[in-house]
Amino acid sequence: MSDKPSFPIESGVPDPFQYMHPTYIKNFGNWKYHERPRPGVLRHVAKSGDEVWTVRVGTQRQLGPYEINLLCDIIDKYADGYVRFTIRSNMEVSVTDEAKVEPLIQAFEDAGYPVGGTGPSVTMISHTQGWLHCDIPGTDASGVVKALMDELHDEFTSEKMPNRVHITTSCCQINCGGQGDIAINIQHTKPPKINHDLVANVCERPSVVARCPVAAIRPAIVNGKPSLEVDEKKCICCGACFPPCPPMQINDPDHSKLAIWIGGKHSNARSKPMFHKLVAAGIPNNPPRWPEVSEIVQKILSVYKDDAKDWERIGDWVERIGWPRFFELTELPFTKFHVENWRGGRHTLNASAHIRF
Amino acid sequence: MAEQTPKNPEKHSTYLPKEKTSTKPLHDTPMLDKLESGPWPSFVTGLKRLAMDNNMMVDLLGQLEHSYETRLGYWKGGTVSVLGYGGGIIPRFTELMDKDGKPMFPEAKEFHTVRVQPPAGNHYSTDMLRQLSTSWNKYGSGLIAFHGQTGNIMFIGTTSENTQPFFDEINSYGWDLGGAGPCVRTGMSCVGAARCEQSCANEQKIHRLLVNNFLDDMHRPALPYKFKFKVSGCPNDCMNSIQRSDFAVIGTWRDDMQVDQEEVKQFVADKGRDYVVENVVNLCPTNALSLNSDDTLKVDNRNCVRCMHCINVMTKALSPGHDKGVTILLGGKRTLKIGDLMGTVLVPFMKLETEEDYERIVELAEEIIDFWAENALEHERVGETIDRIGLANFLEGIDLEVDPHMISETRQSSYIRMDTWDEEAEKWKERQAAG
Repeated sequence: MSDKPSFPIESGVPDPFQYMHPTYIKNFGNWKYHERPRPGVLRHVAKSGDEVWTVRVGTQRQLGPYEINLLCDIIDKYADGYVRFTIRSNMEVSVTDEAKVEPLIQAFEDAGYPVGGTGPSVTMISHTQGWLHCDIPGTDASGVVKALMDELHDEFTSEKMPNRVHITTSCCQINCGGQGDIAINIQHTKPPKINHDLVANVCERPSVVARCPVAAIRPAIVNGKPSLEVDEKKCICCGACFPPCPPMQINDPDHSKLAIWIGGKHSNARSKPMFHKLVAAGIPNNPPRWPEVSEIVQKILSVYKDDAKDWERIGDWVERIGWPRFFELTELPFTKFHVENWRGGRHTLNASAHIRF
Repeated sequence: MAEQTPKNPEKHSTYLPKEKTSTKPLHDTPMLDKLESGPWPSFVTGLKRLAMDNNMMVDLLGQLEHSYETRLGYWKGGTVSVLGYGGGIIPRFTELMDKDGKPMFPEAKEFHTVRVQPPAGNHYSTDMLRQLSTSWNKYGSGLIAFHGQTGNIMFIGTTSENTQPFFDEINSYGWDLGGAGPCVRTGMSCVGAARCEQSCANEQKIHRLLVNNFLDDMHRPALPYKFKFKVSGCPNDCMNSIQRSDFAVIGTWRDDMQVDQEEVKQFVADKGRDYVVENVVNLCPTNALSLNSDDTLKVDNRNCVRCMHCINVMTKALSPGHDKGVTILLGGKRTLKIGDLMGTVLVPFMKLETEEDYERIVELAEEIIDFWAENALEHERVGETIDRIGLANFLEGIDLEVDPHMISETRQSSYIRMDTWDEEAEKWKERQAAG
């Protein structure tokens, strides 16, 4: 470390060409088509006639020097020394020689890293930080994902689903894990517990009042000190007050539950992009392996696999078969909580005589 | 799949070194230990490997196990930054204190994350990955996440003291911090033109131009709330930009899609007519496809909405057209505060060919961020601003005209004052006449 202060070089987003596979650079913007010769492998053909085979590898996302060197050694020895990451933390390693594909796959598998996640598979779960690093987590992230991916390993390494399945997990209702064909998110069920001794010193009270989506928080004097109080009849237990005001503790070992949402889809293919919708809640937050979550996810996946047509994402499938059939097939309970009552929610009701019997 | 004994146990995701050089004994972690079995690579084994020569990770495992036992998190935020910047570091201090007020896991009492912007498209050489890993192992825990949900490389776990020297080191070889707080955030772009025939844009150029234009707004957070750019090269939107970014750029085309009829015939010969009708023709959302009797494909390009489905199925026979550009959508976000919002169309088509074209997209982003920064409430995303003031008012604020591509249907409610109808209709006619 130098003695004099150094000011940052505001270089921003690095230029990717310095780290890009030479065949990508040569054929930039001039690719012709692609195909999937087997699960976990993509073959792209350029207009120039050049070809690249790309092997997709699942990782645990959080990598230390041992894993980075282990994976980089494989990439240097069996591939060309370049790698990119997908949005779902899979590594993509390209080679220009078909003969290199099988040895590369073998090397990853020998090192304990699964090859897959392409086409109609269940790819890696996109997830958040959880108890490892977040300041507001209701649950862990990496642990839920590890437990689920152990169970879904065969669905990652094969392409047996009707279409791709993107699963996400989120440790609070902000839902940093994002939309998913299946989203597993914390759902709090009790209002925050307020430590009134700390509120005045820790929280900017007007901002906290403004943060509440249902105007349930108001300033109050409690035990002679300025604090905040929550109208518990109005409170929807969303936890939005907790990040700006940590003394309003929303997380609870028993009352912070998990909920499962389905049918989110980012792509514009066929239907427009869709948000995920609630199917199950009240699921216990049960580390270290969250078996109750896993059971419901597996059930939804097996019904989808059996019943959906090729190319239907989970959301497309439910639109075709209707919600009554979804609950019938999955044997999940349908409750009053499934009926939307947020703003604009009436548009989600069935305003027709379209009924499936 | 059954777990198998590794061929080479020292080169395997389950490997743990026999020799321990960290001085602090490992805590018992019976719950985390249950996440070491199973076929998926275990992050717990990874944390343990780090703990073998790093006391910080010994205590990190202790705190994490405590979270698993009590089902609560124990990190609080704070203020840590590097010289010259106001954001980019996520400070974490332990909240777990013993009865004397001392940290229960003192070696991990500070465990900050450094958010670093990845190269556009997430390309790395193995040399660069190793170099980043070596730098982080020197100043931090060694643990790196590729990547966080906003797109950052997350260097997880260091002390306040080591944050600056780590940043200085990686900054000297080309890496800059990402965004955290109310600011322009780290952007994302797909692999795109580098390795995808469906790419309709130069994703990495758009990503770098947009984000690098706003570095001051990224590094010195002073906006109403976060603002994210994401770039996908086609409407498959692999970067989830419509749902997850304030400013979504999606590659598209406006001429006819390209059809190689010989390849269509080959596809029909391989798969059969029934398969093609069922999986391609019938799934077109606007019924713009039909299969001719000679096994060629007829496309009603005027009614094609560029959804990508048929191109995704028939990758050899079909591809986007030649007249490429981008569609821009504004205002996507998740839950907080008014509920989920999709981005909605702001610019149906923008050509991005000349340097002037690229300047125009940057200017548009500047106009939007300026207007939003001036007019938004605190903690209000741009989608919420549009929701609050209405798209028509927002468009006026950024000097953009209304366009029927921006809506999926016209107004249903008659509750609006329309005494300037004639003027507005005249504007439309003038714009139409001007082409």
